[in-house]
Amino acid sequence: MNIVVLVKQVPDTWSERKLSDADHTLDRASADAVLDEINERAVEEALLAKEAQGGEVTVVCMGPERANEAIRKALSMGADSAVHVSDEALHGSDAVQTARTLAAAIGTLESVDLVIAGNESTDGRAGAVPAMVAELLGWPQLTYARKLDTDGQSVSIERESDAGVATVEANLPALVSVTEKINEPRYPSFKGIMAAKKKPVSTLSVADVGLSADEVGLGSAPTQVVSSAPAPPKEAGVKVTDEGEGGVQIVEFLSGQKLV
Amino acid sequence: MPAHRLLTTTEATDLLALTREIARDEIAPTTAEHEAAEHFPRDTFRLLGKSGLLGLPYAEEHGGGAQPYEVYLQVLEELSSASMTVGVGLSVHTMSCFPLAHFGTDEQRARLLPDMLGGDTLGAYALSEAHAGSDAAALRTRAERTGDGYTVTGTKCWITHGGVADFYTLMARTSDDDISCFLVDGATEGLSAGPPEHKMGLTGSPTTELHFDGAPVAGDRLIGAEGSGLKIALTALNSGRLGIAACAVGLAQAALDLAVDYARQRHQFGQPIITFQGLEFLLADMAAAVHSARATYLDAARRRDAGMSFGQEASVAKLVATDAAMKVTTDAVQVLGGAGYTRDFPAERYMREAKVLQIFEGTNQIQRMVIGRHLAQV
Repeated sequence: MNIVVLVKQVPDTWSERKLSDADHTLDRASADAVLDEINERAVEEALLAKEAQGGEVTVVCMGPERANEAIRKALSMGADSAVHVSDEALHGSDAVQTARTLAAAIGTLESVDLVIAGNESTDGRAGAVPAMVAELLGWPQLTYARKLDTDGQSVSIERESDAGVATVEANLPALVSVTEKINEPRYPSFKGIMAAKKKPVSTLSVADVGLSADEVGLGSAPTQVVSSAPAPPKEAGVKVTDEGEGGVQIVEFLSGQKLV
Repeated sequence: MPAHRLLTTTEATDLLALTREIARDEIAPTTAEHEAAEHFPRDTFRLLGKSGLLGLPYAEEHGGGAQPYEVYLQVLEELSSASMTVGVGLSVHTMSCFPLAHFGTDEQRARLLPDMLGGDTLGAYALSEAHAGSDAAALRTRAERTGDGYTVTGTKCWITHGGVADFYTLMARTSDDDISCFLVDGATEGLSAGPPEHKMGLTGSPTTELHFDGAPVAGDRLIGAEGSGLKIALTALNSGRLGIAACAVGLAQAALDLAVDYARQRHQFGQPIITFQGLEFLLADMAAAVHSARATYLDAARRRDAGMSFGQEASVAKLVATDAAMKVTTDAVQVLGGAGYTRDFPAERYMREAKVLQIFEGTNQIQRMVIGRHLAQV
């Protein structure tokens, strides 16, 4: 079976992350960039499915030239090839435009059975792109998977949300988004790093995937960030000393915060 | 702040990124605990092996990574920043593979090296004896010819990985005048390790005596010609010293990072202590020591990679880097003040770990002797 994994390069959560002052888009230069951790898990899940069922794993990524580092990481873990949609026109694209671009990129590939994505990225955190991509492809979407099984004909997941756990099943082709509970991703090996250098990566422009430049990017984005501010520094919490009245004081505090 | 490295290939960039990820996520979190409990992290070496990091500077045809020393040493440096037991362990393992890789026959290399570089096994280097430290040529362990092979009797000292290694690269006397090199399987009958020494630092790494009590070693485990063992040992040490220099820089970098981080956060007299010139200059000297030590080992490594002689440069690198590590770790304790003297912070452990670097793989007095002899020869 042929599996596509959607991957994104994000600023390392270990470094300080900023938005640019000019247009409130991500300041990519200010932080180290890495393959999003949730995408490592998506790649791992695709590799496990490939190891069980055979087939090929293709990584699809939208991002600036530098995102080829994230693509290389996925390839060094064991993915077979990659499609990199890289175009200046994409700068500032929102979730809808990103989903359109990714769906169009998937459309350039032949016979895709399964798309695996992370449920949300650690930078944008919209958590909407996987569902939008499925909608655009006209495929079933199975989101928030903590477990994935596929026999090559259908896919079944355990979907975990605040409401509980449900088993969801669909025929292929389908899209699955995975949570951080799905697996522990493997480390690449040095052999994998050497092999990744020889794996095919096709770099496509917006036009190459069949979109026009005025459909994507900040200028035509349906949603825009109009202002941003750094998170306020953490303030010291309230200390309750229990002198027989501790329980009452805690309840008073919680009800003051409208938590009980 | 991790060192900002100038790497010339994509695979080196990706290799260093992988190394940092493993060091940060898999090694650093448990180092203090393992060192305090004197626990050798054997599983960490299995992970390094699986990731292809236990054979980096050796040929691909034998399972190595075919990486230049310039790259291998920087991997070693990064691992050492996370754990000296792991860094020194990798350096010793790499040195233990050196005699076979460079002096073994094609047949021996094809038969034995893939397992040694493959990641599942760990090596140790058995040269020193109680009365033969700096004067390695005074060693007394004997390998007597018996039939097709040898019978080894004697006691080795200060063996890193003693008792946990899967193979030992052994120097033993094959006659009154001759020292020879052997590759001995760790499971050999008559071979046993003593209890771990009670050391000042590097407490996660077992250092033991190694007893050979009539241990049989097959004739095809002789590396190089009979009598060439001392030359092989000293050649291996030349490269091994570069490893120790890289370990020292990794340790010094960790101590510098800790001290800078603390000095930025710690306030006295209403301001961060890093803004006081007394500390600023101390930290600047520490950074200069780390940078210059790194430059020194990288220069020696590039000479080695280019096929130039590098013996003198390797000794300079070992001397400069390990003295720098001693100074930087001592100053890190000073920057942290009282906190630095407690075991709640790693500064005091770094300082204890630095001391041995000036002692093993040729004391820094021996390095000066080597450098001096190079000067006298010219």
